[in-house]
Amino acid sequence: MTHWLIAPILIPLLGGILQVFMGYAPISLRRTLAIATTVLMLVSAVVLLALASDGSYRAYAFGNWQPPFGIVLVLDRLAALMLVLTAVLGLFCHIYASGGADEGNRQFHTLFLFQLMGLNIAFLTGDLFNLFVAFEVLLIASYGLLMHGGGTTRTVPGLHYVTLNLAGSALFLISVGMIYSVTGTLNMADLAVKIPQVSGNNLNLVKAGGMMLLVVFGLKAAILPLCFWLPKAYARATAPVAALFAVMTKVGIYAIVRIYPLIFGEGAGELANLGMDWLFPLALVTLSMGVIGALGADNLKTLVAWQVIISVGTLLAPIALGSEAGLSAALFYLVSTTWTVAALFLVSELVASQRGTAADSIVTAPQMRHRTFLSVLFLIGAVAAAGLPPLGGFFGKLLILKAVEPGTQMAWLWGVLLAGGFFTLIAYSRAGSIVFWWNVDGHLETPEPLNNRVAISTGILTCLTLLIVILAGPLSDYTRATAEQLYDNRGYINILQTPVHVPQNPLVGEVN
Amino acid sequence: MELLFALVIGALTASGVYLLLRARTFPVIMGLTLLSYGVNLFLFASGRLATGQQPVIGTTTSYSDPLPQALVLTAIVIGFAMTAFLVVLSLRNLADNENDHVDGPREEILPESKQEQEASSK
Repeated sequence: MTHWLIAPILIPLLGGILQVFMGYAPISLRRTLAIATTVLMLVSAVVLLALASDGSYRAYAFGNWQPPFGIVLVLDRLAALMLVLTAVLGLFCHIYASGGADEGNRQFHTLFLFQLMGLNIAFLTGDLFNLFVAFEVLLIASYGLLMHGGGTTRTVPGLHYVTLNLAGSALFLISVGMIYSVTGTLNMADLAVKIPQVSGNNLNLVKAGGMMLLVVFGLKAAILPLCFWLPKAYARATAPVAALFAVMTKVGIYAIVRIYPLIFGEGAGELANLGMDWLFPLALVTLSMGVIGALGADNLKTLVAWQVIISVGTLLAPIALGSEAGLSAALFYLVSTTWTVAALFLVSELVASQRGTAADSIVTAPQMRHRTFLSVLFLIGAVAAAGLPPLGGFFGKLLILKAVEPGTQMAWLWGVLLAGGFFTLIAYSRAGSIVFWWNVDGHLETPEPLNNRVAISTGILTCLTLLIVILAGPLSDYTRATAEQLYDNRGYINILQTPVHVPQNPLVGEVN
Repeated sequence: MELLFALVIGALTASGVYLLLRARTFPVIMGLTLLSYGVNLFLFASGRLATGQQPVIGTTTSYSDPLPQALVLTAIVIGFAMTAFLVVLSLRNLADNENDHVDGPREEILPESKQEQEASSK
């Protein structure tokens, strides 16, 4: 049992607690410590990635309880991939935030680190109820972050976001209760053993629980009927927060990928592939809705927020196919799209800061400062988001298109994905040409120059899509291995057999 | 007892959902609170209903399931914190927008006839 598994949770937790007590310390010191914490977290995530890439499962039993009875953390390829994805994103958002966005609220760094901790718990946990707790941890931090920077415009979207998520938590608890009442366990590995044995009247109870769980994850992932809270909330959040939130919808998708192939997979008897036939059409409708929203967006941030919904649809469609190739393609696209969308949020904020009162509205305005730098970054982001060659998004979409077997599903997926990509391209071209090219003569009150941290973090995050292109081979090998690992749930079930650690010198004299 | 318990959960949830769909923040918070009561009772019931039994193995022949109790405790704590946050947020909404409508201030112009009706009723 390696103790590295707890590191991505402990590091941001301790760093965050440190920040609580440093509310009145000089801001430069707080920033240095906070970023050092994020760097350490990235290091631990990379170590876990190296550990997980041998394809085995590692379990960490809290309090040394034998797995089905205690809470376990489980590390596999998927968890490691998500950890690294989040840590990289978190680091660049954090550097960006330390360029000035963190002022005005002493607890910004605390909330930011707790948010990262919540995400890491969600990715590592092997227990359904602990997943609920992880969701709540990351949500309560996100409520605070969403409000960060104040402004009356954020109150109403924030209120909607909190209320919706509280209703979602209620549903989560109901479904957990339903599943527990039948199976008597909430350990995911144990559930994978118990669910296939369910029969008779209990079957419907588990089925209802499973479907409700899908609704909850759909709310987190912003699948169509549950996605209307997202654009307003994301478009009005501060840029580094919105960029970090790019991974929040992916948590919902992660939960679907983690739970459904494992618990309701091929081997689940009558409950096999529960809900997947609903997911495919919903994913395509979500994708179309996102494209329509992007076409109608009147400022850059709203455009990018709708891009989040487009990527959710694009990700869920291949996952719903239920094939290894589909899941592998989706995971590849997930890495690329998360970083791209986050980078676009940061670029939009920079553009807004250089345009005076026009901010990030898609209207003609006097020429902005740093136009070349910002327009190149926007171009890279837009090309990657729309899925044009030669950037990361293109390879992701290509893999998704290749993953589907010929048939009706292929016709739908190809049609919607390609048409969606085309219209997304139109939305970005329209926005980009109006914002960057169509300048009117006029005086622009001198905006603040870009500081180095902001410019560098945005630049690097945008260029990560180039890194994905260079590393496309190893990355797609990794995602393929991840998909194989996920669809073969015997490995996960084996963590139940993990021997617990026996202390060298057991206490003499037992307490009676 | 099962019937009573189920009716209570049903009533709490139904009133919670009804209030949740109201347009003012105060009923929404009340609705969420009632909903969380209903959910907590439901979660508690997932360990089967039994009276006078200890959640400790070995003390009696039959025992009640301790896990749902722990789950409910966690859910109560989390729900409490979230509700507190929501109360503060809706007060902020009230202060910012001088209106406790969940969608914030509306450019609300009551129809003429309705204004007259209100005036006449006063």
